[in-house]
Amino acid sequence: MSEKGPAIKISALNKWYGDYHALKDIDLQVDHGERIVVCGPSGSGKSTLIRCVNSLEQHNSGQIVVDGILMKDEASINEIRSEVGMVFQQFNLFPHLTILQNLTLGPMKARNMSKADAEERAMRYLERVRIPDQAQKKPSELSGGQQQRVAIARSLCMEPKIMLFDEPTSALDPEMISEVLDVIVDLAEEGMTMICVTHEMGFARRAADRMIFMDHGEIIETGPPDAFFNAPKSQRCQLFLSQILQH
Amino acid sequence: MRPRIFLSFGALVLLAGCSSGSGTWGWYVIDPSTPKGMSNISFLLSGFGATILLSLIAAGLSMMLGLLVALPGMSGNRWIRLPSRIYIEFIRAIPLLPMLFWVFYGLPVVLKSIGINVSIDAFWGAVLTLAISDSAFTAEIYRSGIQSISKGQTEAAKTVGLNYRQTMRYVILPQAIKRILPPLANQFIYIVKMSAFASVIGMQELTRRANELVVTEYRPLEIYTLLIFEYLVLVLIISFFVRWLERKMGADESK
Ligand SMILES: Nc1ncnc2c1ncn2[C@@H]1O[C@H](COP(=O)(O)OP(=O)(O)OP(=O)(O)O)[C@@H](O)[C@H]1O
Ligand SMILES: [Mg+2]
Repeated sequence: MSEKGPAIKISALNKWYGDYHALKDIDLQVDHGERIVVCGPSGSGKSTLIRCVNSLEQHNSGQIVVDGILMKDEASINEIRSEVGMVFQQFNLFPHLTILQNLTLGPMKARNMSKADAEERAMRYLERVRIPDQAQKKPSELSGGQQQRVAIARSLCMEPKIMLFDEPTSALDPEMISEVLDVIVDLAEEGMTMICVTHEMGFARRAADRMIFMDHGEIIETGPPDAFFNAPKSQRCQLFLSQILQH
Repeated sequence: MRPRIFLSFGALVLLAGCSSGSGTWGWYVIDPSTPKGMSNISFLLSGFGATILLSLIAAGLSMMLGLLVALPGMSGNRWIRLPSRIYIEFIRAIPLLPMLFWVFYGLPVVLKSIGINVSIDAFWGAVLTLAISDSAFTAEIYRSGIQSISKGQTEAAKTVGLNYRQTMRYVILPQAIKRILPPLANQFIYIVKMSAFASVIGMQELTRRANELVVTEYRPLEIYTLLIFEYLVLVLIISFFVRWLERKMGADESK
């Protein structure tokens, strides 16, 4: 609620899956308007980290404060979720609803908005992701790139302060990646606070204020894109970047 | 497949009937060309209404009860899951007939002892028993249907602010219903067949009618044969409907 504190403050966060230590003592602060790109090898805990931010995963110890709200009970989790939008690798659109219904469901049911208002808002965001003419179709009738843009619009309809992206283009055919990234870049330029897990390094250079490299549940390296790409400090990060930039 | 079995069984019975002048068969009891036979037939058929009504109400209750049992059974919290698990295992283990006796003769006593004075007649005794005993199975049908919907759907619903109830109502159940309805309709066939047990507590349904006529006419073979046909027709109609439903759901799926 207070615009002064950080957008997200994570301290000494630990997450276990049974015996597996997935996040180890993570400290991370994200300021309002800051755009962060998280990368790292598969299984390093990137998804787990951002899923903890909106409590899709429950952490075992440490603190998460989102926009001044300390995550503790169900009420605080609901409050945090209302400020945080999320876009998934697999889109997760509601297949039985039309595109328009996908977008209006949250505003109407969770925010008690009237149908007319919700639809007007939905159309506004569909235009922003450049697919206003698909409103009456079902998700399965759209291309992957279009579906992911609908998923972004669906999140935006809740007017979140923070957006989380978990590999938003990994499930897409190569020719559709840029249409989705362009939409995310637009959002970044408008000053949306965001954490984006991605291996699209061109996008990271364009949109990120700060890079985070994770490995084995730890944040190994963090810094502005220029320094991060040109002079990575840790060996693991160097190795990872050399692998990923090869292709 | 089933209509063919039906026809060949019918042919067999008719054949047996025609070839026996010796008196092993006495179709006259249900010969529609005689007034006596006709009135016997209409007496037997008059059980249809009760069987159908009993089955429908029991199935409806079982569907509601099953959902109430299935939902907590999928909770992440094991203490919420536990009662539902116990209910299902417990109910599934009780044979229908003892449960029927317990509900009909025992439950009113239990209720009375806690100050609720209701008498349970044969109809509601049978409805309750069928519904409870079937609900363990409908609960499992709901569970597998709901769990077939990907976790991503629940997560997406959470991120757009829906609570548990809204997520179920607007996101999960509308998708799961396609997987749930056909097996649920199939389960209805079991209820119809099990409803025959209601005859033992005096419920005037198909089987009870047949029993009563057997007592007065002493022709069990013919009367029970007709009784079997009555159930057969009923079940065939339902399975025809189930087949239709499955096709319709399947067509929707591929759309
Ligand atoms: N629900 C779960 N149960 C058990 N282990 C899990 C679960 N989810 C993730 N893990 C484990 O935790 C570790 C981190 O997973 P996470 O999904 O956060 O990795 P990631 O960095 O997002 O990887 P990827 O690039 O493959 O998406 C992995 O080793 C994974 O096997
Ligand atoms: Mg991941």
